[in-house]
Formats: sequence, C-alpha cells, structure tokens
Amino acid sequence: MADNNPFPGENNTGHIWDDNIRELANPPPRWWMIAFWASIAWFLGYGVLYPMYPIGQKPTEGVMGWTQIKEYQEGLDEVVAVRAEFENQLKDMSAKDILANPGLADYTVASVKVLFGDNCAPCHGGGGQGGPGYPVLADDDWLFGGTVETIEQTITMGRKGIMTAHGKILSDDEASKLADAIAAGNPTSDPNFLQKGCIACHGMDGKGMQMLGSANLTDGIYRFVPEEGKSVTDSVKQTILHGVNDVTDPQTREAVMPSFGERLSKDEIKKLAVYVYKFGGGQ
Amino acid sequence: MSAEQKSPQQSAVDGLYDEAEHWNLNTGEETIHAKRMGGLWRNIKWLSASVWILFFIAPYLRWGDRQAILFDIPNRQFHILNTTILPQDFWMLSLLLLFFALLLAVSTALAGRIYCGYFCFQTVWTDVFTWLDEKLEGTPPKRRKLDKAKLDFAKFRIKFTKHLIWLLISVLTGISFVAWFYDAFDLWSDIFSLQAGSTAYGTIALFTVGTYVLAGYMREQACFWLCPYARIQGVMVDNTTLVPTYDFKRGEPRGRIVKGQSEDERTTGDCVDCKQCIAVCPTGVDIRHGQQEGCITCGLCIDACDLVMEKLDRPKGLIRYESLDVLEGGENRPLLKRPRVWVYGLIMSAALAGIGYGLSMLDALELKVIHARQPLFVLLSNGSIQNKYTLKVLNKMTKDVPVKITATGPEGLILVDADGITAKHGKVTPRTVFVRVPKSNLKGENTPIIFQVEGEEDGEMFVGTRKSVFIGPKY
Repeated sequence: MADNNPFPGENNTGHIWDDNIRELANPPPRWWMIAFWASIAWFLGYGVLYPMYPIGQKPTEGVMGWTQIKEYQEGLDEVVAVRAEFENQLKDMSAKDILANPGLADYTVASVKVLFGDNCAPCHGGGGQGGPGYPVLADDDWLFGGTVETIEQTITMGRKGIMTAHGKILSDDEASKLADAIAAGNPTSDPNFLQKGCIACHGMDGKGMQMLGSANLTDGIYRFVPEEGKSVTDSVKQTILHGVNDVTDPQTREAVMPSFGERLSKDEIKKLAVYVYKFGGGQ
Repeated sequence: MSAEQKSPQQSAVDGLYDEAEHWNLNTGEETIHAKRMGGLWRNIKWLSASVWILFFIAPYLRWGDRQAILFDIPNRQFHILNTTILPQDFWMLSLLLLFFALLLAVSTALAGRIYCGYFCFQTVWTDVFTWLDEKLEGTPPKRRKLDKAKLDFAKFRIKFTKHLIWLLISVLTGISFVAWFYDAFDLWSDIFSLQAGSTAYGTIALFTVGTYVLAGYMREQACFWLCPYARIQGVMVDNTTLVPTYDFKRGEPRGRIVKGQSEDERTTGDCVDCKQCIAVCPTGVDIRHGQQEGCITCGLCIDACDLVMEKLDRPKGLIRYESLDVLEGGENRPLLKRPRVWVYGLIMSAALAGIGYGLSMLDALELKVIHARQPLFVLLSNGSIQNKYTLKVLNKMTKDVPVKITATGPEGLILVDADGITAKHGKVTPRTVFVRVPKSNLKGENTPIIFQVEGEEDGEMFVGTRKSVFIGPKY
C-alpha cells in the first residue's frame, strides 16, 4: 500500500478514505504523555503506600499502615480529647453542682443528647414531650419529684406506681361522678374522694404525694392522656375502676419505668438527670 | 516533493487552503514575540496595569492593631478598614459580585474587551513577562534567533536569569495572594520558620506554578482557549461598541509604497501593508480582518499604525477606537438611548444600593430565635403554658458585652432563664430560655412574641429584635 501512497512523506498510516481523508501516525502531545506516565507512577506509588492489591486472603497493607477503621478511631480519639477537659471536671461533681455551673451544664446538655436519644427517647420522645402512655418530662408536674437528685434516682432504680382497682368498691355511677370532679380539677368536691380512701394516697387536698408517686389530681395534667376520641372523664374513670399496675385487674393501666442502674454508668445517669432537668420542668 | 508529483486531488486541496491563508488559527505552535512600540495606548496600559501594585502592597497596610484588609477565613471574619463582616452579612458579597459582573458587561457593551486589554491579570502579568523578554533577550528578531540557537553558555545564562526572575515574580504573586487571607507580616515569618500550614504553602505553590505557566508559556493561548470571559464578552459587543477598528474604507486597497510615486498618483488606500499592527499584537492577530476572538482590544496596534501614518504624513487613526455604525457611515447612538446602558445601570445601582443599605444597617447586636418543636408547648401545674426557645445572640462589637433580653407578647408573660448573658464578641452566644403565659390569656393557638436584646459599648446602646411565635393548645 505504501507504494502508491498519494501523500508520501507526511507520516500517514496508509489508511485513506474518500481520496484525501487519511489517518496520521503522529505521537500524542508531550503534555499528554507526561500526564499518562505520571498517572501510572501515581498508581504504583499509591499501591505501595496504601492497601491495594488483593493477594491471598487479605489485601496488601501498604507501608503507611493506613486503614479506614484506624482513621475513624483517630477521629473518635480527637473528640474524646476535646471532651476530656470537661469530663474530668464532671467526674467528681454531683448533678446539682453541674447545674450550678452554666458552662458545664451547657456542655452536659450538648454532649448527652445522643445518650438520651438511645435510651430515653423511644418512650419519652426526643424533646421529653412524652408519648401515648408515657409521661411528659418537659413539664413541672412530677409524680416522684422534680429535683435533680430524684430524677437521678428514678433513672437508676426505675419506678413503678401502684393504684388499686376501685371497681369493687365503687359503682359505675359513683366512679363517673368522681371522674367528673377530678376532670374539673376539684376532686374534694365529691364526698367519695374522702369516704372511699382516695385521700390515703392523693392527700386531703388531692394534690398527690411525691413520696408515694401519687398524681396531683387538681392541675389538669394527666399521667394517662385520653386516647383518641375519649374524653378526660372517661380516661380518669378507667383509671379509677381498674387502677394502675394492679395484678388482680386484667384491664389495669400499665406504667413502669425500667431501671437503668445496670445499663448505664453512674456518670451517664448523672448527666442524663441534668439533661432531663433542663427540659424546663426541673425543680 | 516537487509540484509535478502532486496528485490532482492534492492540488484541489491546496487550492482550498490557499484561500484560507489568513485563517491563521493560533494554537500556540509558535511563540508570539510581539514588538514593543511606545504610544498613547501603551502608556494607558501601563497606568491601568499599575492598579495591580495594590495587590502586592495593600496587605501590609494596618488598621489599628490588625491588617487593614484581611479575609480571615479560619475565624470567619472579613475585615475591611474599620468594618468587620461576619458570615451573617454575606449576602452583600453576592451583591458585590453582581455589581462587578454587570460592570464587566456594561464596559464591554460600551468599549469592548477593555477589561481584557488593560486590567486582566493574564494580560498584565504576560505584559510584564514579555517586557522582561525584551530587556533580557532583546528585540523580537533576536528572541526568535535565540530560541532557535543551540544551547551554549551565553544562551543558558540569559534563559536562566529570565526564568529565575519569572519564578521570583510567581512566588511573590503567590505570597501576596495568601497575604490577603493571612496576616501579612506573620505570613513572611511563618513561611521561613516553616509554620505557615499546608493550606498557605499549597496556595502559594498553586499560584507560583499558575503564574509561571500562564504568564510564561500559555500567554495569549489562555485568552484563546482557556478563558470563558473572552467568549462571553464576545457576544456582548454590538454595532455601537467602540473597539479598535481598521478603517477599511480609508485603507483599502492596501499597497506598498512605490518609490518616487507622488501622493497624487497613488491608486492604493492609506494602508501601506507594513504589518506593524500584526508585529505589535500580543495575541498575534491581524486587526485588518475586523473584530475577532483573538483581539483583546488593547489598542497597541493603534499606536503602531499612528506612528507609521505620522512618518508618511498621512492622517492618523487608520486604526482607531470606533464603532461599526460609524465606520459604515452612520452615527453613534447616544449613550442614554441604548437599552443596555439603562438595564445594566439599573441592576448595578440596585446592587450598590443593597450594599449601601447593608453596610449602614450592620447591626452591632443581632438576635435569632429558634422555637423548640418537641414539644411545641407544655402545660404547667399552675395552669400556665410554657414554650422553649433557643436564643442566639450575635455580637459584632469588639468587646464581650453583658446583654439584657426582654420579651413582649401575651399578657402575663414571664421570661425565665434569660438573665446574666454575656455576648462574646465576633461570636454567636446561645441560650435556652422559657416563656410562661397563663393559659387563660391566650386567645388562639399562635400568638406573636417579640424578643429584644440590648447591649452597651462605649456608652452607646445597641438593640436587636426578632419576632417569633408563642404556641398554645388548640381551642
């Protein structure tokens, strides 16, 4: 083919179409070749420095010994190092002391959010807003008390309130009347409140006793929020008739706060108590 | 290969390309060694280029105990003379960018690519580098000869000196750029004590290589093939735009001077085809083909042509700043009758007004209010409704100041936990506060509430307010 090449001496490959379109054999530009070899050099260097070749069961490790897990661990260590300054101070402080120190209280609230999310939020909600059947932590109505020490105790030991079912000693009609009085925020107006022994736990004024974990019946805040479509009166009446955690009554309300004393460390519980206190209802 | 051996096809192809003699696609195979001639536009070019001296010296100006202009990115603060701009005021930057984009548009619509020709760093740095070429290697013919010459000691010495100076300028460019973002005096000491950090060294290296390659080697190729603005500006030019123009009516037919011929006998136009306009062009174009992509409208060909016309005793301005309309015998449309001037002008004034407003309204204290969503509100045992807010107090003053927070809203409102806040300067200070309102005082689900922050610096009171909402139960 080279014998009758119509374009001799121009370094073409001899591939010619349509009379004059021909393929030339020019080398690629120099910058292109430099980039080409540089990227091969990069590849080789990378393979030496970093894990790369899948030989045998494990890939080659690379002379820098870099792994993703190691980098992750280093990042984690950095966080721990930043937190250490505060954590060291918190170690020997009580929850109350932490609350008295605005800087440390802010640190605690910011750093323990994840712990709250993992352990508490499933029932009490991410912002302590409670949920169906679970109490609100952001208000100032506490069954067992809202000081930071009692909150700490509640988390450590757990809580289980008891109210006997009153279906046996109250007629349906009597229970309705009593429920009406409680829903109106004035339980003492119903004589049965005194006569049937409600005062034993809820007190003479119906405001509850935190020693026993009995509810304040006058403030319009209910431990058992009415279900969808039910009135407050119906909900209160159900509690009166079937009680709370009363094993003798199958329709009883269930209300158990589990103990976290074994799951979490003392320091973690202390910080959680501060966090809950700071929701806005701490006393 | 002799002509007889050419195939018929080849002759046809050659014929085609003969016509295209002047296509002259400049793809950088040949280094352009432009001739340097003096003149009016040359002087203007030096003058406008000298604006860039500011780039090198401004970082060393001080304002009080800090750099006068410092874009402090690690601390998220821009210091410009006595003003400090925090990220919250960044919207003004977008207006500033808008202003300059439109300034480029309007200047291009009126006078072509004057930015390219007189101010662009590519043009200016290339100009300085080629000036060095001239000083060290001599005139363009000498330079071409030197490029082709074998590398002996003399050539090596010249080239070495030149590249050393190029590199020096490049490094200085890099350091000067970084000095806008890094205290300039600290920068120099940190560079030499190896403490400047990888970002600083990396940026200096990048600018050094960039300057060296772009101004030393790429030169007009950057304008031809790299720069998007060159192309964008090309479409902003219209018939009324003043650009360096060859007056073909006067010049054509061009022809060389014939010895002994008197002016009356001359049958050719004013252009003597001396090609000086091509010789001086930094991008190597022939302006006599009209406005084209390679022309950066720097006016150096005007200087060259005027000099020749002066010698020949013909009127100057064969090549001059002129619009196509005038060249074709029409008149220039008055500035105020051009829609572009109005539209661009209006947008620019709007941008400027926005920046002016922003700068005059830079609050010393700024308040942001975030209402807690979980829960939206809480019923308290005394019958009040409680809402939780996170307040963020931004203090743009120079000192930490104690601030007072107040809230006005529904009757009987009580603000809790808002005492004893000290707003740290140049920072956002957060604080969680609670607002309690008796349930009976709430008229609806949402009630407006206004928070206010007050602080004092040097006897002057500063106030910031922010509207939010107080949420209660549905009725």
